[in-house]
Amino acid sequence: MTRYLVRRAALLVGTLLLASVVLFLILRLLPGDPANALLSVGATPDQVAAARHQIGTDRPLPAQFGHWLSQLATLHFGDSFVSSLPVGPEIVSRLSVTVPLTLSAFVLAVVVAVPVGFLAAHRAHTWYGALAGLVSQLGIAVPAFWLGLLLVWVFALNLRVLPAGGFPPDGWSSFPDAFRALVLPVVTVALVMAASLIRYVRSATLDVLGSDHLRTARALGSSFAGAMWRHGVRNAAVPVVSVLGIELATTFLGAVVIESVFALPGLGSMLVRGIAQHDYPVIQGVLFVSTFAVLVVGFLADVAQRFIDPRLRGGLVR
Amino acid sequence: MKKQRIALLGAAVATAVALAACGSNSGGASPSSSAAADANAVVQVGSLYEPQNLDNTAGGGQGITEAFNGNVYEGLFRLTDDGKVEPLLATANTVSADGLTYTFTLRDGVKFHSGKALTSADVKYSIEKVLAPDSKSARKSSFPEIKSIATPDPKTVTVTLATRSISFIYNLSYVWIVNDQAGNLSAKEDGTGPYTLDGWKRGSSLTLKKNPSYWGTAATNGGVVFHYFTDGSALDNALLTNAVDVVTSEQNPDALAQFTDNPAYKVNDGHSTTKLLLAFNDRVAPFNDVKVRKAVSSAIDDKKLLQSIWGDHGELIGSMVPPTDPWHTDLTGVNAYDVAGAKALLAEAGHPNGFTFTLDTPNYDPHPTVAAFVKSELAKVGITVNINVITPDQWYTKVYQNKDFTATLQEHVNDRDVVWYGDPNFYWGYDNPQVTAWIKQAEQAGSEAEQTELLKKADQQIAADAASDWLYLYPQIVVASTKLSGYPVNGLNSQFYAYGIHKG
Repeated sequence: MTRYLVRRAALLVGTLLLASVVLFLILRLLPGDPANALLSVGATPDQVAAARHQIGTDRPLPAQFGHWLSQLATLHFGDSFVSSLPVGPEIVSRLSVTVPLTLSAFVLAVVVAVPVGFLAAHRAHTWYGALAGLVSQLGIAVPAFWLGLLLVWVFALNLRVLPAGGFPPDGWSSFPDAFRALVLPVVTVALVMAASLIRYVRSATLDVLGSDHLRTARALGSSFAGAMWRHGVRNAAVPVVSVLGIELATTFLGAVVIESVFALPGLGSMLVRGIAQHDYPVIQGVLFVSTFAVLVVGFLADVAQRFIDPRLRGGLVR
Repeated sequence: MKKQRIALLGAAVATAVALAACGSNSGGASPSSSAAADANAVVQVGSLYEPQNLDNTAGGGQGITEAFNGNVYEGLFRLTDDGKVEPLLATANTVSADGLTYTFTLRDGVKFHSGKALTSADVKYSIEKVLAPDSKSARKSSFPEIKSIATPDPKTVTVTLATRSISFIYNLSYVWIVNDQAGNLSAKEDGTGPYTLDGWKRGSSLTLKKNPSYWGTAATNGGVVFHYFTDGSALDNALLTNAVDVVTSEQNPDALAQFTDNPAYKVNDGHSTTKLLLAFNDRVAPFNDVKVRKAVSSAIDDKKLLQSIWGDHGELIGSMVPPTDPWHTDLTGVNAYDVAGAKALLAEAGHPNGFTFTLDTPNYDPHPTVAAFVKSELAKVGITVNINVITPDQWYTKVYQNKDFTATLQEHVNDRDVVWYGDPNFYWGYDNPQVTAWIKQAEQAGSEAEQTELLKKADQQIAADAASDWLYLYPQIVVASTKLSGYPVNGLNSQFYAYGIHKG
């Protein structure tokens, strides 16, 4: 297992380096001049040239790339082209919204989806089993922003129990406000995430329920719960964990729509703004951090799968 | 999708087209009995325009003008609600007989937030900061060439111009006076205004608190928090749940009903300077022919267009000059809606069966809707419009820089921007030597009356030439809780003087 972890960690670093090269090059291939985003109608050619020089886009590509890598080595992401403020602290500030949002939604989604998905499979022929399946399908069809608007309408505009959006200016220092601000966004993301998770849990459970080994275990005298726990859950969990990893990674930046609906200063909206303004350091910084996060999540999902299923441990070590 | 417009606006082009617009300090509602108002209450302001940074000479955009102009920073002069200029940090100024040398006397007892006293050196530094080669000030190109700035004593500044400039004082009202020792102001401030910066959480909010040692009349509230939104509905919801007290510029026509019918809110229609243009490329066929431009202008029913987008809000305009500019004349009768006339003009111009052209349409609201409307209107006179949807960035490069277009849609936010028709190199390529001369003479005029007279002539000429088709003037709508009074209603899109707001 230790050897595996070392190899996997080395792979992670290598992937990250490769990603940084790709990120850097793809950005430079995009049409449009970042200097334009800084200037106004009526800007003279001199102003454009000065702006290019200031942000360094007049330098050759390898020099720009070297500069970025050397900054990265010291964990700096450079200064925004547009605001000339350092990118790193803003990413940290936005992570303080995005990470709690993503993780809480994830936990809530799992807590909801696992029992409901199990029930939908195990009691597929009862009315509530069918209902669970139907609701999850409906949940997949409903766009997240619409669900968000609906929740705002009910809980903020009508019942007035939660804020419609925003995040306190002093962040988590005013904990109750920050917590309340995240309730509706978390529920929105969690419900959408849960809807698709239910489908996976349901089909994984159906597979296990129909399997020979479970029937054999039952024939040998195990109770349903015992057989399920000993032979069912582990098998069903493997595909579900890999889907969980993907869902978590997607939500990390994919929450941008929800951030907009709830006016949250998250990482996704920072990326969208950066792209609109051709603000390379911002785009690079956000994508680097999110690539890192996604790779780590993938790594954890892998490890979790190997932990759950001993059969996976054999193959890859050699 | 109104919100999309804002996000993109802020992002690229229009931050810029929106050179700091003219502001107003007159309250929308008259201040209510101050007994009810709480001098320590914090006003929660909702806005769609987050600053890019905190320096208006470093590309801070219209967001920083909104938050800081008059609130944190002050100029030698201030623009009042009706577009007049009044002294602020300057108490007196004299102009030499040749109109080239301006001498300003500074107000006594003014201190920066850092505690340093205001001197003439700060003023010199601040003007030079706007004009510096690396300055990204939107107003930079409006300034005449400045020969020298002298500071004979700490209370006196003398500016010598290379050419006469009647708008010099007016343009100075956009120059923030900053502490010359403050250094980089992208993320901090050192101004002289009634508020100091308390904090800025990027992507979320900016907090101002009352300056306890302000030289003038203290703010009538304890502070202001600007809350930034990218989604117009989220902003409206914040107002409905009392998370914000006022929305600086309502951009969502559909949302107005929920406030108009609600006694807890007041919808204020102010004066706007934002004009929506169908801009022709006057250099290329078929729009190099004045008859074709007039025909197209007459074929589009502007009134119906405005009604369909904004209902009863907004105004029709007949030229580039909005009613708040001193040289406004009502020209809505020129090239008015007249389909039969348009057809006749087209025939005269040699296009009896119409023609086909491409309309470069920015991808944010209201442009796609307007493009579809223009297409259907022009189809009635036989003209086929191909709508080409582009991003703000593409607009800037393709249309503005490379002038590679036949016609386009764009909003122009500034007041007093009719002068662009005097620049034949501007993107629309209108080139009438007479108009260029009038506009140049107007800038060098000896009196405001003379300036006004010349610009009126220029304005009437561009309308007669249908230099562009001015579709309508955007509404400027401030929606506020009725607990609030004394807020600016015109704001003319950028400034939002908060120091006179009563909350109670």
